Amino acid sequence: MHYVSHTEIKKIEEKANDIRQSIIEMLIAAGSGHTAGPLDMADIFALLYFNVLKHDPKNPDWQERDRLVLSAGHICPVLYATMAHAGYFEVEELLTLRKFGSRLQGHPHRASLPGLETSSGPLGSGLSQAVGMAIAERMDNPYTSKFIYCVTGDGELNEGQIWEAAMLAGKEELHNLVVIVDRNGIQIDGYTKDIMPLESLREKFESFNFDVQEVDGHNIRMVNDAIGKAQSVYGQPSVIIAHTISSKGVDVFERDFRWHGNPPGKGPEDRVPKGEQADAAREKLRTLGGMIIPSDS
Amino acid sequence: MFATHLDKRVCTPEVEQVANRIGYGEGLLEAGEKNASVVALCADLTGSTKTNMFADAFPERFVQCGVAEQNMASVASGMAAMGKIPFIASYAMFSPGRNWEQVRTTIAYNDANVKIIGAHAGVSVGPDGATHQAIEDIAIMRVMPNMIVLAPCDAIEAKKATLAAAAHTGPVYIRIAREKTPVVTTEESPFEIGKAEVFVEKEPAHEKTVGIIVTGTLVHHALLAAKTLNEESIGVSVLHMGTIKPLDTKSLDAFAAAHDFLVTVEEHQVAGGLGSAVAEHVSATNPKRVIRIGVQDSFGESGEAEELIAHFGMDSESIIEAVRNAVN
Repeated sequence: MHYVSHTEIKKIEEKANDIRQSIIEMLIAAGSGHTAGPLDMADIFALLYFNVLKHDPKNPDWQERDRLVLSAGHICPVLYATMAHAGYFEVEELLTLRKFGSRLQGHPHRASLPGLETSSGPLGSGLSQAVGMAIAERMDNPYTSKFIYCVTGDGELNEGQIWEAAMLAGKEELHNLVVIVDRNGIQIDGYTKDIMPLESLREKFESFNFDVQEVDGHNIRMVNDAIGKAQSVYGQPSVIIAHTISSKGVDVFERDFRWHGNPPGKGPEDRVPKGEQADAAREKLRTLGGMIIPSDS
Repeated sequence: MFATHLDKRVCTPEVEQVANRIGYGEGLLEAGEKNASVVALCADLTGSTKTNMFADAFPERFVQCGVAEQNMASVASGMAAMGKIPFIASYAMFSPGRNWEQVRTTIAYNDANVKIIGAHAGVSVGPDGATHQAIEDIAIMRVMPNMIVLAPCDAIEAKKATLAAAAHTGPVYIRIAREKTPVVTTEESPFEIGKAEVFVEKEPAHEKTVGIIVTGTLVHHALLAAKTLNEESIGVSVLHMGTIKPLDTKSLDAFAAAHDFLVTVEEHQVAGGLGSAVAEHVSATNPKRVIRIGVQDSFGESGEAEELIAHFGMDSESIIEAVRNAVN
């Protein structure tokens, strides 16, 4: 990663816009899946894959790569879409999401798709795996600059395993671990503040010996700077609490927890945009409300 | 006729008594000496699982996870993804009991090269009582794709199983026990993942024949039972299934064909364990009567190991009685 110029930020924002459009198309084609988290994490995933990670899409097993562990496996549409736009596989394959025979399983399966660092879906275990990777890397190189990034949800932080992992990460002083929490404030059954309040999240992580930063998860420069600072922390793991707007980019979905789960009175197949809603979402994403000029225009 | 590689003292009071967790501890230490990628994790039970033998020798390759078995399983998966060969140790009730889903998703589904040591398995952990007596672990582990399930019969075999697990690429579960149990095998006894061994061949003179299939530390009880019964009028063989998954179906088919019926013996629920695995297979290939000795759908309780083994009908006397009843 490096300091990003205004032009580079704009490019990353355009990538995020492409990723969001792909997410919408994937979910429509799949007919099921999660909408809110993938949309709100598109900016951060674009930043990670197009500026932060040391990686090689043509050589996904490259030993010296950084690792990105998606702990919140259900937001995999954003991971798949970002990987496709970064060159891991053809963008067209995104439309196979959740279909029989697809490498893009409903929740990530490491063995199915090169470039995935783990299988995830059951919440809470990704952070543990990232901790394991960070420990293993540090056994071989105490001063390593190979970073292990872990993306978690905020509802996911209800899981006890998260705090078991955080306890070990703090104890082991894993400077090479950077956790990014998608703090969108929603989970399946409602708003996180109602289902299981998490605040003060900062103090919780600080008490586990984490360096904690809070950022606007849609401000590319702010997130990039926070990752830079996290990399410079030694003797502590880092967590970046990224405040995001759920379903960011489609204003009719934004901040509505039902786009994480089921709209009331409807079946699971209605978790994803359909019909006129889908058309509206597509149109919205073409320009992000006029903020961005689509790359193909 | 007992296999010649078995310890000659096996049916005498002089037989050596060693806990098979010692064999694991020695095996892990040797595996660590042989391969620098071997690492160990423990959840605050380093001494009682004998993981301390490795931890003392290689402190820089040991991760103390605290009492957090779910985290330990997934941390190990992450370490395996970076090329390490992690051994995770706790009591079987907690690992793979408590952390079964983490083992399933982050180890088995990832086909991660992690070895899971389930210590203090069975009712023989004794006075601790039912909360600590894992008698379901074989069932929950053998149902998992990619997972190998081993239950060594004594300390010598536990060491061999540990070394074999370290050399094998992929997830392995090894079930070990707390109490001292008779050492029935020797250094010369064969051990191979996926291979069952005939420990006793029936006396050929007897008309009625019974094949005992046994796993884990109850092998000694099966050997004693076979000796007594062969001296009477029933031809009894003993097949030791050190590997429960993958089941050695070739040996099992031959063994089943050679006997009138089968008796399975395990320190485990009769549902889902060795007996089930055997019955599932022979019912499809060579249908035979299968009598399953083990815990009959109940929880354990406090007591001394041998007391509990007898109470739950898994000792040599119970095996003898079950065979006699079935034959007559």
